[in-house]
Amino acid sequence: MSADHVHPVNFDPADPGRDPHHAQEHRAHDHEHRAVRLGIGGPVGSGKTALTAALCRALGGSVDLAVVTNDIYTTEDADFLRAAGVLATDRIEAVRTGACPHTAIRDDITANLDAVELLEHRFPGLELVIIESGGDNLTAVFSRGLVDRQVFVVDVAGGDKVPRKGGPGVTTADLLVINKTDLAPHVGADLGVMTADAHRMRGDLPVISQSLVDTPDAPAVADWVRAQLR
Amino acid sequence: MNLAALMLADSRFPGGGHVHSGGLEEAVARRAVTDEPSLRSFLVGRLRTAGALSAVFASAACRGRYAELDAELDARTPSPAQRDASRVQGRGIARAARKAWPSPALAELLGVTPRPHHPVIVGVLVGDPFEAAQVVAYHAVTGPATGAIRLLGLDPFGVNAVLARLAPDIDEVARMAADHADTPPEDLPAPSAPGLDLLAEAHDRHRHHHDRHHSEEVRLFVS
Repeated sequence: MSADHVHPVNFDPADPGRDPHHAQEHRAHDHEHRAVRLGIGGPVGSGKTALTAALCRALGGSVDLAVVTNDIYTTEDADFLRAAGVLATDRIEAVRTGACPHTAIRDDITANLDAVELLEHRFPGLELVIIESGGDNLTAVFSRGLVDRQVFVVDVAGGDKVPRKGGPGVTTADLLVINKTDLAPHVGADLGVMTADAHRMRGDLPVISQSLVDTPDAPAVADWVRAQLR
Repeated sequence: MNLAALMLADSRFPGGGHVHSGGLEEAVARRAVTDEPSLRSFLVGRLRTAGALSAVFASAACRGRYAELDAELDARTPSPAQRDASRVQGRGIARAARKAWPSPALAELLGVTPRPHHPVIVGVLVGDPFEAAQVVAYHAVTGPATGAIRLLGLDPFGVNAVLARLAPDIDEVARMAADHADTPPEDLPAPSAPGLDLLAEAHDRHRHHHDRHHSEEVRLFVS
């Protein structure tokens, strides 16, 4: 971790502490002047972190971006991203969710907003902040107070009935990603059924099926994200 | 009790409080809290020390003098991690309050500091010294109590009963605090708990040592 990232060891009781956010307050919801906030949610193990890393690789060269992670082990995802070398360390902030990942992205988004605003303050030209939720269940969605767009990630190994089960993640996310399509034959999942169910549940909202084994940089999802930045 | 006080005391209030355990997570990691009796002991200790300090400053904040209270509470909070936890929560409440309860008093407080201490902004928003003290004294125990349910899987009905039986203690702390509403900031009481200070500092070190062995570094709460 870089020095400006760490709570300074300061025993001066008269020091009010730094306020990295103050200057940002007046434009908290001004989309013209702040980064687009993209939520990536979905069940445990569906590939949220791998997709986030793929997007960093695909977009990092042309888009000024940063990541907030919400893994329940807090540093697990951040460490993965740092180890993957896809993003500079100071562009990743890890949020602690008090053992309630859905609360931190939906009901009380304070800790995540603090992290987003800290990154926006650290990188004034920031264009995109990806907020990756901790793995949760099919009912967990991001608050519209936290993100502008959200992606919900399910995977074929989770069972081909998942899209049919619905829930707000599957039915309302701006993009549904059906991940790990390369595993379909090995787990007996019917991709045709999954995509048909997904489209039936989502109406006109988009669905992308992908395998990061076949396309490591998630080109279809990256294109969709680029379109959201315009 | 006025509605602002009820809303601030509600665990569903979106002020960021749910990611703080008030040292409970570190106490659990050290096996100092393992069951309902040891939780009750932790809560009583926290209420009589950190809770009482918080209550006194919430009461006093109903009378203004925000800059002095800000400095005096810093002086009574030796742990940097606890000072930061208090200001992070105060700022979280401020974000919600600017939208829900804008007022000249709130603007004055946020003019003094955009990251006010948690009890000071609660005092400003509640306005009544006794009720403001009740809210923050309750906060002092309900955060750790919820943390114990999540981290130890304790029976929520049992923990709820432990909290309910603390009512006389919470009210006694709140009465003491309300009696100090008009005390000059520099003369306010300074109850403290070195054990809690040390737990807060130990927990904070876990937050920032990412190179530790994984099983040692797992912490789910900010404080």
